[in-house]
Amino acid sequence: MSTGAQAPGRDRDPGLQPERTRLAWRRTTLTGTVAAVLAVRTALHGGASASGLAVGALCCALWSAFLLLAQLRIRTLTRPETPPPLTARHATAAVLCTVALAVCAAVLVV
Amino acid sequence: MGKVPRVIGFVRNIRLWFAPEEIREEGSTPDYRFSLANERTFLAWLRTALALIGGGFAVDQFLPDLRWGWRVGLAFALLAAGVLCSLRAVNHWVRCERAMRRGEDLPGSRFPAVLSLAVAVVAVAMIVLVFAGWAG
Repeated sequence: MSTGAQAPGRDRDPGLQPERTRLAWRRTTLTGTVAAVLAVRTALHGGASASGLAVGALCCALWSAFLLLAQLRIRTLTRPETPPPLTARHATAAVLCTVALAVCAAVLVV
Repeated sequence: MGKVPRVIGFVRNIRLWFAPEEIREEGSTPDYRFSLANERTFLAWLRTALALIGGGFAVDQFLPDLRWGWRVGLAFALLAAGVLCSLRAVNHWVRCERAMRRGEDLPGSRFPAVLSLAVAVVAVAMIVLVFAGWAG
């Protein structure tokens, strides 16, 4: 991970807040990856049906969407200037990915 | 605080999830470190939600000897908890962000207690079912 936070215009932040927030996004993406892997395992379990494969592919797409959201936010937090707060749309998009994954899970489990 | 006003408040907040401008117009911008701390709390709740959803998959995959009804029931309980947890994560984030802008106290919540009780109930049910499966 690059350390672009040391800009000459800004005092050093002793709490490393942007760095910690970047790592929190990484942890969350990792948790999402585990959930997506379990989703694909469920979709392929016991002979893959066409509908099972479609839902599994949708789970992968949702995981990619979450990864993209996390990368965008991490890039914003890496910039040297004072980081802007998270936007409500960004937070809602991340939550909608999670909810959609849960809906896919419900379809796969039944 | 009654149940009905809280549901109404939740529905009102949904508007704010999609309209960041409305939050930004209120009060004054807090120290960016507070906003980032709020963001990390939001992410921690989102991780909890993702872990609950993963738990739902795990019940389905790793307890194949359970009867269909129990297996699907437990998986659905965990998935529903995950959905509630993620929706509550963004709602709580919006409320905290607004409270910080207005300089108010941060909102309290019964949700952590409710979630812990729900997880405890599901865990006990799973232990009982697995042991009953071994015995029978």
